[in-house]
Formats: sequence, C-alpha cells, structure tokens
Amino acid sequence: MTAANTPLLRWLRATGAVFMKDWRSELRTRYAISALVMFVITTISIILFALGGEGASPEVLSGMLWVVIFFAAMSGLARTFVMEEERGTAMMLQLTTAPSAVFAGKLLFNLVLGAGLTVLTVVLYLIFISGFTVKTYSIFLGAITLGSIGLAAASTIIAAIIARANTKGTLYPVLSFPILLPLLMTVISATRLAADGMPFSEALGEFQILISYIVVVVTTSVLLFEYIWKD
Amino acid sequence: MEIRISARGLRMAFNRRTVFQGIDFSVGNGETLLVAGRNGSGKSTLVKILCGLLTPTGGKVEMTGEKPLDAHAWRGHIGLVAPYLQVYDEFSAIENLRLTMALRGLLSDDGAHRSLLERLALDVRRSDPVRGFSSGMKQRLKYALALSHQPSVLVLDEPMANLDSDGTMIVRSIMEEQRRRGILVVATNDLSDVSAVQTRVDLDDRR
Amino acid sequence: MTLRISLGILLTLVIVAAIGFPISASPQHWYEFPLIPGLEEKARLIFFHVPTAWLSVMAFCTSMFYGILYLRRRDPMDDISSSVAAGLGFLFCILATVTGAIWAKFNWGSFWNWDPRETSIFVLLLIYGAYFSLRSAVDVEEKRATLSSVYSIIAAVTVPFFIFIMPRIMTGLHPGAKGDPDGAGPVVEFKMSPNMRVVFFASLIGFTLLFIWMFRLRVRAARLEYFEHAKG
Repeated sequence: MTAANTPLLRWLRATGAVFMKDWRSELRTRYAISALVMFVITTISIILFALGGEGASPEVLSGMLWVVIFFAAMSGLARTFVMEEERGTAMMLQLTTAPSAVFAGKLLFNLVLGAGLTVLTVVLYLIFISGFTVKTYSIFLGAITLGSIGLAAASTIIAAIIARANTKGTLYPVLSFPILLPLLMTVISATRLAADGMPFSEALGEFQILISYIVVVVTTSVLLFEYIWKD
Repeated sequence: MEIRISARGLRMAFNRRTVFQGIDFSVGNGETLLVAGRNGSGKSTLVKILCGLLTPTGGKVEMTGEKPLDAHAWRGHIGLVAPYLQVYDEFSAIENLRLTMALRGLLSDDGAHRSLLERLALDVRRSDPVRGFSSGMKQRLKYALALSHQPSVLVLDEPMANLDSDGTMIVRSIMEEQRRRGILVVATNDLSDVSAVQTRVDLDDRR
Repeated sequence: MTLRISLGILLTLVIVAAIGFPISASPQHWYEFPLIPGLEEKARLIFFHVPTAWLSVMAFCTSMFYGILYLRRRDPMDDISSSVAAGLGFLFCILATVTGAIWAKFNWGSFWNWDPRETSIFVLLLIYGAYFSLRSAVDVEEKRATLSSVYSIIAAVTVPFFIFIMPRIMTGLHPGAKGDPDGAGPVVEFKMSPNMRVVFFASLIGFTLLFIWMFRLRVRAARLEYFEHAKG
C-alpha cells in the first residue's frame, strides 16, 4: 500500500507519532505542565519560608536545588506511561507500535518535560534563593544539561515499570531513588564546584560519570523495555 | 500475500489457573474463524493472543506468509475491534486515524481516511473530539481505525456491540469484504453475528 | 546431615575465636591477636561485619542471576529462587548496616557519616526495600516476576557507579578509603596477623556456607508452598 518505506523511516515515524501524541495531548489538557509549574513554585516558596531570611551555605543550597528537581520529576515524569494504563489506551500502542518506538517516543517526551522543569526550577532558584550564586557557569550548564538528561532517562524506564503495578504514586519515588542516587550525588557535587568558582577542569570527573551513567541507563532500558511492555 | 494463522496446543493460565488448553486450529485466506464460548470462557484472551498482545503460557501460535512472521510483521497485518481497545478521546476522529497510521509507521492519506469515515457514517463528525461521541459512534470509529491500513486479518471481539441496525448493516458488509480479501476472526456469544464459518473454536470445554 | 553439623561446628569455632581470643600488644601464643592501634577490641567486629556485607552483595547477585534466568526461561521456580535470595540478602544487609553503624559509633563517634561505603550499603538496603515494595504491588504472578527481575537488573547496573566511582569524588572514613589517616587499610591487608587472617577467612567461608544452606532450605519450602497453592 505505501511503498518506499524503509524500516528506519517507519520506526522514526512511529517514534515521532508517540511523541507528538503525548505532546499534543498535553497541550490540550495542560494537566502535567500546570501541575509541575505549581509544584516547583510551591516547593521553592516553602524553602524560602523555611530559610526564613537566613542564609544557608552554598553546599546546602546546591543539594537543595536537586532535591526540588528530583521531586518535581517524581511528580510529573511518570504520567506518560501511567496515563496510558489508566485510560486503557496502552493496548492501542501495543497493538500498532513497535515497543522500541514507544519507549523512544516517551523518552523523548520526558526529556523535553524534564528539561522544562529543570530550567524553570533553576531560573526560579537563581532569582529567589539569594545565598546561591553560580561562579563557574560552564560547569553549571553542563551539570544541569547532563543531570536533566540522566534524570529523564532513569525516570522513564521506572515509570514504565510502575505503570504496570498497583500503588503507582508512592512506588515511583521508592523505585527511582536508589537508581538515581549516583546521578544526584554527582550532579550535586558538580553544582557545588560551580558555586565555589572552581575551574572547568575540576569537574571533568563528574561529567565523565554523568555521561557514562546516561549511556548505561539508556542502553539497559532499551534492552529491557520489551519485557516490561509486553504481557 | 497469502496469510495463514495456525495454533497448536495453545494454553493460557493466569496465577496458576488455566483459562483454556489444547487449542488447535488453522485458518487461511478467504476463511472465517469463529471463537465461541460463554462469558468468561477466555474468548477475549484468545483474541489477545491472536493479536500479539499476550504471550501464551504454552503451545504455539504463528502467522505465516511464505515463512513465519515476526512480531513486527504480525502487527502490520492485524486490525482489531474490541470493547477493551480504547481510543484517544481528546482527539478527533480524523486525528485518531492519522495517529494510528503514524504509530504503524505508515503515511497518511486524508482522502482515504475521509472515504473510510464516510463509509462508517462518521465523516460529518470527523473533526469533533471523540469524547463527545455516542457509544455507537465510538464503535464505528474503532472499525475505521482497524481498517485504515487494510489488514490481511480482521479480528472482531463482540462485533455488533453498541450498534444500531444501520451500524450492523455496515459491519456485515465489512465482514463480507474482509472474507474476500483475507482472514476474518470473530469472537462472540451471539452466533447470528456471523455466517459462513469455516473454522470454529469452542472454548467452553477447554478448561 | 554431616554437612550441617560440620557447618555448625565451623561457625561455633569462628565465633569463639573471634570473641574469645585475647588481644595483646606482643602476641606470644598462637591464639593471641595482635593489637592494632586505634582499633583494639573493636577489631573483632571485622569477623562479623565484613562477611555480612559480602553476603548481602552476593545474595543480590544471586537474585539477579535467577531473575535473568526467569526472563529467558519463564520458569516460576527461577522467580522463587530470585525472591528467596533477595529475602536473605535483605536480612544480611540489615545486619551489615547495623554492625557497620556500631563500628562507626565506637571508632568515629557517630552512627552514620555518609562516607562512600556506608552510603553503598545503605543504597543496597534501599534497593532491597524497593524490590519488595514492587513485588507486593503486582498481583499477577508472571508480571510480578518479570518486573522484579527487570528492576533488579536496572538497579545492578547503577550500583557500580557507587563502588568504583564515588570514592574518587569524596574522601571517606572507612578503612581503606582515600584520606583515611590511620590507614587501617583495606581489610585483607598486612595489618592482619596470620592467625587473624585464618579466623577471618574461616568466618567468610562459614557465613557463605550458611547462606547457601539457608537459601536451599527456603527455596525448598517456597516450592512446596507454591505447589500446594496450585492444587487448591
């Protein structure tokens, strides 16, 4: 029926369709985006309130930034899989789409969503949390880019797992935290280096770890996804 | 391509309870397979296995052209209409059609989509969100989604669910056409739903 | 039968030696341990803490091994073995964390310090906890087995990042970590006299055999339970 369709082209089309579906659906309902924005604003407000005008050391503030980002991710990145299960539309995807395309499309969606929530959190944090100033921007940018990618990667595969379980909400952070801890520790360390004004070369070790983490997690996820997805 | 679906010793169990076992059948082009049985006998389970949605606990089922088809090719040849297959109701009818084609990796042709929707008496409402559709309209939309890629195998679980007499007539002509073009699989309680059955699987005595 | 008795005797000897052998500054007899400055009597904990930590890792590897087998063969027996191993590993991990915290309190003043190895054993504890939370949240057996196997594999690939890479970034208090002033050394170092090493390895072997024995026993029990359910 439709000629001149290489398998790669078909796969790309399918991946794009999964991404665009989630994207368009989100634009129409705006549910996840508004929940995430409110979450970030609320959490930063609570932190400001708790600090009570007093400062905290740059080390503590570096860690707290990623606490906010982690929990924001936990509140928003599971939706892409959980919604399909809850609405019963997962079967349509299983019926029509190659599993690898489903995973790739949803990973892409979470990468975009994750980047958005990271940028929002960082911007609000820099503006409102006065004790936190970045001295080495190159390290900081590297940290938030790689951190956000790694966060999205790990969160997506765990989201796929919990979507098939019962108590999805509380299970998500429980499963995600041990997996994400290496990423969080590394990225907090890099953020501290950026806040302390260290030269870029000091953070190379951290970046190496972050990049290998991303590669390992994505590779493992791709290999294991079909076991999770197929009944 | 001439397609044949065959099953040998098919068995399905959940949590150590056997739903059915010892299922054998073979059905080829131009033939109809009827899956019959009371409610709860496992008709939908067998349907899901045929569509590649479930892995059987035991036995074998395969779809062959010149040689056995892999999961990907299998998916490409099947169209399913079932009560448990949900559509994306925040999108419109034509958006759903474009979506399912793209999910299969295929290019969309809006002209073809519109004629398909017209045949199913949905063209007028093609741009309205499916959320506002009646149950009969949703059922007809499911037929459109199942047929848009012209599948060799059309699988219908409760084919006449939610349909009025007009809808029923449309579906009967679809079933006729599918019989001529490829394989038709029908799972139902109501035997008047389907005529001219070549192969019949009765799930009532297969526990 | 004889194996069980010999195992019992071995472990009794180990415990007696570990707790009973006196420590003196200049050991004269074969049953005296040398005094390690800074550790003294607390050194005895090595005979218990390290084997339990070692076992909690071994058990996790065993659990993951059977998990991978399950993904390939879909044999419910593999899943039973996987969850039994994880259960034992959880137990030993709790023991390792507690004995480690006791050691930390007596040597460094506080129960917990977040040095890399402490963090690693804690993460292992979290992984075990997550594994069992996941299992209890899935009703369908086949899905439960698949999801927990997949999760243990994902957890396993992130663990090396701790063990090999974290100590690079952070200095630690643990013997053998970067920045450890006394250099009480990684465990199997020259600081342990020959007779200490004998007791230590005997303990390691004894605990490992204990694990194997407990594992086989519990797998047998779990299988019987499984088949009884199938009949009813």
